[in-house]
Amino acid sequence: MAGARDTAIVTKHTESRAPAGVADGRWHALEIVFWLVPIAAYFVLPDYRILGSQILIAGLFVLSLDLILGYAGIVSLGHAAFFGVGAYTAGLLAVHGWGEPITGLAAAAIVAAAVGYLVSLLVIRGSDLTRLMVTLGVGLMFWELANRAASITGGVDGLAGVTMWNLLGLWRFDIAGRTAYVYCFVVLFLMFLLARRLVHSPLGLSLRGIREGGKRMPAIGAPVGLRLRTIFTIAAAFAGVAGALLAQTTQFVGIDTLGFPRSGEVLVMLVLGGAGRLYGGLIGAALYLIAHDYLAGLSPVYWQLGLGVLLVIVVLFARGGILGGAATFFARRTGR
Amino acid sequence: MSIVGVLFDGIAYGSLMFLIAIGLSITLGLMNFVNLAHGAFAMLGGYVSVILLQRAGIPFLAALPAAFFIAAVAGVVLERALYQRLYRASHLDQVLFSIGLVYISIAVATYFFGPSQQPVRLPAFLQGQVEIGGRGFGIYRLFLIATVAVLTIGLQLFIDRTRFGAAIRASVDNATAAAGLGINVNLVFALTFALGSGLAGLGGALGIDVLGLDPNFPLKYMVYFLLVVAVGGAGTIKGPLYAALILGVFDVAGKYYVPQVGGFVIYLLMVVLLLLFPAGLYGRRT
Repeated sequence: MAGARDTAIVTKHTESRAPAGVADGRWHALEIVFWLVPIAAYFVLPDYRILGSQILIAGLFVLSLDLILGYAGIVSLGHAAFFGVGAYTAGLLAVHGWGEPITGLAAAAIVAAAVGYLVSLLVIRGSDLTRLMVTLGVGLMFWELANRAASITGGVDGLAGVTMWNLLGLWRFDIAGRTAYVYCFVVLFLMFLLARRLVHSPLGLSLRGIREGGKRMPAIGAPVGLRLRTIFTIAAAFAGVAGALLAQTTQFVGIDTLGFPRSGEVLVMLVLGGAGRLYGGLIGAALYLIAHDYLAGLSPVYWQLGLGVLLVIVVLFARGGILGGAATFFARRTGR
Repeated sequence: MSIVGVLFDGIAYGSLMFLIAIGLSITLGLMNFVNLAHGAFAMLGGYVSVILLQRAGIPFLAALPAAFFIAAVAGVVLERALYQRLYRASHLDQVLFSIGLVYISIAVATYFFGPSQQPVRLPAFLQGQVEIGGRGFGIYRLFLIATVAVLTIGLQLFIDRTRFGAAIRASVDNATAAAGLGINVNLVFALTFALGSGLAGLGGALGIDVLGLDPNFPLKYMVYFLLVVAVGGAGTIKGPLYAALILGVFDVAGKYYVPQVGGFVIYLLMVVLLLLFPAGLYGRRT
């Protein structure tokens, strides 16, 4: 009897493509459909291309947080620091005469990664709560830095006069946001491919091990500190690219790119969609910004109330967010 | 402003922060709960006292206990209805849940009171300055420091000398063992939460003159409260007290002597202290 049961379990495992939550690297049909949506939106909803660009940028930012929170389990309350560093890097380059978009993105990624590496040295020490506080403190420090260095950053008035050259020398950033939308979409998609590859790599699997049992990983010889520093640096670079996209497409850098509300917002988007799934963050970003656009249009008070109630409900009743909830739902239906 | 003046203002500011944050320290130490919405109870206390002062014409000193009481009741209701469901949840869930509560409180406060700052009229006997040794000290700040000093001593005695205080200490050290000894840990949690919320409410009411009061209060000062607790170490009274005083003095001194760096000093101080003392100055846990 026992033998038969074991075989049954083994066959079940080999048949199912991967355990829940661990994608196997092959493309699912749903994923292809998912990526067709923003392409379709470009043609079907031409009036919403500017909102669409915002969603794509936020999506990339959330993706970067997912790398450290969803995969490495580091809760950060100051992730906007890297977004802002990227935004100011690209913005300052353009203000001082280098308005080439692609190299601007690369520069933002490099600067944000360097800052991310330095911050990671502080963050990976200490427990959960210390990390929370250190990331919060670092985020606030960067805000204060930008605020005080007003001669360089424009302070609270923001950095204006960001003039971009044509994309690849061909496409002008137009007022209707066509170039911006396509640009953001392509960058997001390429970065997503990178992130997807990353989480299926040995590094990604090792990070998941650290998230599930940080004390056991050193026992099998995994260099926990190095892994965490690596992913934190990579995530910072991703966030920097997202910030640079915002600076380049809106041709403005506000100090709010560094603010705590933005760090909180990105956390909310990720958890709303479902952390540790890559797509969760993208869905969360889209829903969050669409709801924001609609509710804040009615009244800012409604927006804050709605957001608050939604958060409480997600935490109390729908842990794992939208994708997590959906996964549980389907697992229940197909499981029995 | 002299060094004495900076110290005096810093201590007044710090003792106010301590009064508000002590409840947070208890919830974090006792229930291991990261409650970012703690400032909402302080805001509630502030609005209660404003309503009583401006609309009902109740004297200032009578409005303070009311602020304490109503914030405490709100605390116990929320604790039983919502918070206690999340004691075992991850810190991330607690953070998100309490951020949610912060947003709700901001929306509710904006709806009822509007987005502007609330004015407060202090009674005549708390206005002005007194001369001590040739220096002028604000009477209200002296009153603040004295109130907090009395409350701190009372709180310390309460926790050290009473039976309920012993139950709190036992539950902080080991909730399971305390429950095994017949202590009703849930009741201890609820009452302690109420006490912490009440003190925050009192702090909010006392602090309108120093901190201001508008719907963004819980978000604006969230960092300061967390800072006091994280630096001081959760679950103690001494730790947050020293942390609040250090941070208060450094914040005031930083803003006065080097205004061009503003709040930078305090954030830097926090990160450095956290890295040197990961469990806080008086941390109970490592």
